[in-house]
Amino acid sequence: MPPKSFLELMQWGPQGWLDEMTFATGLTLAVAICGFLFGLAFGTLAAAAKLSRSTILRRAADAYTTVFRGVPDLLVIYLFYFGGSAVVTAIGAALGYSGFIGLPGFLVGTLAIGIVSGAYQTEVIRGAYLAVPQGEVDAARAFGMSGFRLLRRIIGPQVLRYGLPGMGNIWQLVLKESALVAVVGLTLIFYEVRIGDLVLIYETRFSDLLRQAHVAAGSTRQPFVFYITAVAFYLVLTTASTWAFRQAETWATRGMRRA
Amino acid sequence: MDLDFLWTTFVRLIGGVPLTLQLAFSSIVLGLALAVLLAVMMRSWFTPLAWAADGFVFVFRGTPLLVQVFLIYYGLGQFRPVLDDMGIWWFFRSPYYCALLALTLNTAAYGAEIVRGGLQSVPHGQIEAARAFGMSGFTLYRRIVAPIALRQALPAYGNEIILMIKATSLCSTITLMEVTGLAHRIISETFRSFEVFFVAGAIYLAINFAMSRLIGLAEARIAPDLDQASRPAEVH
Amino acid sequence: MKITRLVVVAGAVLALGLTAFDASAQMRKVKVATEGAYAPWNFVNSAGKLEGFELDLGAELCKRAKFDCEFVAQDWDGIMPSLLAKKYDAIMAGMNITPKRMETINFTTAYAAGAHGFLVMKNSSLTKMPGGEFSLTKDPAGAEKAIADLKPLLKGKILGVQASTTNLAWAEKYFKDVAEIREYKTTEQHDLDVAAGRIDAAVVAHSAAKATMETATGKDMAIAGPAFSGGMLGLGVAVGIRKEDNDLKAAFDDAVKSAIADGTIKRLSEKWFKVDMTPKS
Repeated sequence: MPPKSFLELMQWGPQGWLDEMTFATGLTLAVAICGFLFGLAFGTLAAAAKLSRSTILRRAADAYTTVFRGVPDLLVIYLFYFGGSAVVTAIGAALGYSGFIGLPGFLVGTLAIGIVSGAYQTEVIRGAYLAVPQGEVDAARAFGMSGFRLLRRIIGPQVLRYGLPGMGNIWQLVLKESALVAVVGLTLIFYEVRIGDLVLIYETRFSDLLRQAHVAAGSTRQPFVFYITAVAFYLVLTTASTWAFRQAETWATRGMRRA
Repeated sequence: MDLDFLWTTFVRLIGGVPLTLQLAFSSIVLGLALAVLLAVMMRSWFTPLAWAADGFVFVFRGTPLLVQVFLIYYGLGQFRPVLDDMGIWWFFRSPYYCALLALTLNTAAYGAEIVRGGLQSVPHGQIEAARAFGMSGFTLYRRIVAPIALRQALPAYGNEIILMIKATSLCSTITLMEVTGLAHRIISETFRSFEVFFVAGAIYLAINFAMSRLIGLAEARIAPDLDQASRPAEVH
Repeated sequence: MKITRLVVVAGAVLALGLTAFDASAQMRKVKVATEGAYAPWNFVNSAGKLEGFELDLGAELCKRAKFDCEFVAQDWDGIMPSLLAKKYDAIMAGMNITPKRMETINFTTAYAAGAHGFLVMKNSSLTKMPGGEFSLTKDPAGAEKAIADLKPLLKGKILGVQASTTNLAWAEKYFKDVAEIREYKTTEQHDLDVAAGRIDAAVVAHSAAKATMETATGKDMAIAGPAFSGGMLGLGVAVGIRKEDNDLKAAFDDAVKSAIADGTIKRLSEKWFKVDMTPKS
């Protein structure tokens, strides 16, 4: 069997890998978006804790950001991957449920990325919140605004405006970090019910971009082709994100005086 | 907690610390040299040179380090005959050199942006004033530009150093048994992911803590008048 | 309207879910994990689907045991923890029975058995290693002697082995003092490094080595040195099952025995390995 050419390897359909690589890019994007959103949730909570009056909450938030900004992301992924299901099953058993509680790989991977990115987002959100001029908040209060309305009309928009550049950085970080899930093989599974007359169910796996490059490299023993393709697809993703965030910043700072 | 297990895990993981530190420091030093070169290229009047530097930074900042590691190790490994003819196969044969190359190129791309930002921060008036005193070329760089740029860039560079220490963990995917590689091995032998994470995490935090103290000391020496805490942390 | 339809759909989903767990009314659902990176035992083809000896055999065994089986891919290094965490119920991934693994999980009767050895480049000096076949179980003294003969030849060489395998345990026990041992996540990765000349040999099952030699990359590779089997290299490849799942083990045991008895394993083995890998009892 002679080695296949680049174009043969990269065709669309069952003979080639282009379709798999494209779907994998979609999954990478999905992993990054979910990881980023989990991170936003963790980051907001931790930022609130850091800004709170409670010493315990502040200490806990400090510990969270110190640990997850200081420990390699890969180690966090291993923790979630090897430890995640065991914990959930143990909790289930403690509640008297002895069944199949496996965390779906997708959830485990995105949670791990969310925890790490949340530690970085904490600082951005905290900084953006502190950047909101106190005078404006006082003025809004004087107008009788309070609680949710104050948050929505005055604080929220400004936190968004001040936080966007930092968030753009973190999004790029998350996008690249999502490649780490390839090491443990996170997959989104779609089922195909039958093969011939057997009741066996084969799965159709959607892997992330780097994982797909791995699988294809292993299967065809042509690693260079697939890793360079992964590089190209990642560049498309990061370039598109840079553009999107620039648009968002222009939108968020509309009407603001140029410094 | 099983103290015996924690202790044996600690002893095994400590064995990976020299490799972790060696990878981190070698790539930071080599990467800084390359970063300065790239930053100078980016400001060059000769456009192709600036484009080359911009392109390099674009590719290495726009893709995950892990992909770069695999591309260099497994991807280039495919071209052994060519690399053999060029006489550089000995370099790509070693997983250590491949990892070092990937880390160095990666940190150089991020470092170039930091150094460029530092150089940009040097006020033009200061350069003009120095020129008026008759300073030029190397003296101007050494006395005026470098000190100002350095103290502007140091906090961001400190961040980059911590990120590089963390990034060395990716080398475990190409057979190098540094701390994370050993941790992975112990987890897959014992399935005790929490204890191993606890110990390995503590080792990394200790290294990072020591590093950030050193960076803090350096900052205090170079820029005692600047309030370090007020600077925003930069991430990538 | 919309709400009614939603309720009907929810009801149908619930009913489906319930029947699936009702063993008496329906076939039992069994999830089987495989690695998907260990040709020809199990691998992913260019259509992105799992394929291989164990996928074919698994379908056969499940038909005989009247299980409704579903195959899932799982990385090798997490394959035992995930079984314990009940992510799936059984492992068919070229996994050998060993006393060490028996401490954690249980195995059925072996469905295949093969030798292990060294995969090298044809132009390597290691092709001069003496041949022969040695069982660590039946002839431990002979095997030890053969290993001792290999040691000087392997001095200063680099061996690649897949992590968490019997091959790694064996290589570390006998060759750590003379050779450098590197761990890889998959066998596919160490094959790439044999081809690239980064390592002098991969310690690997002959079955997997032969599959590599069929590929474009592996055409210049050869199996060298003696063939070792048994003992710490494993007592045969079997279905891995949680210790408490005795009924599952019994059902798979019967299925494996009948598949051995009627020649199904021989047939599938010849299809995928070109040789008969049926365990000899």
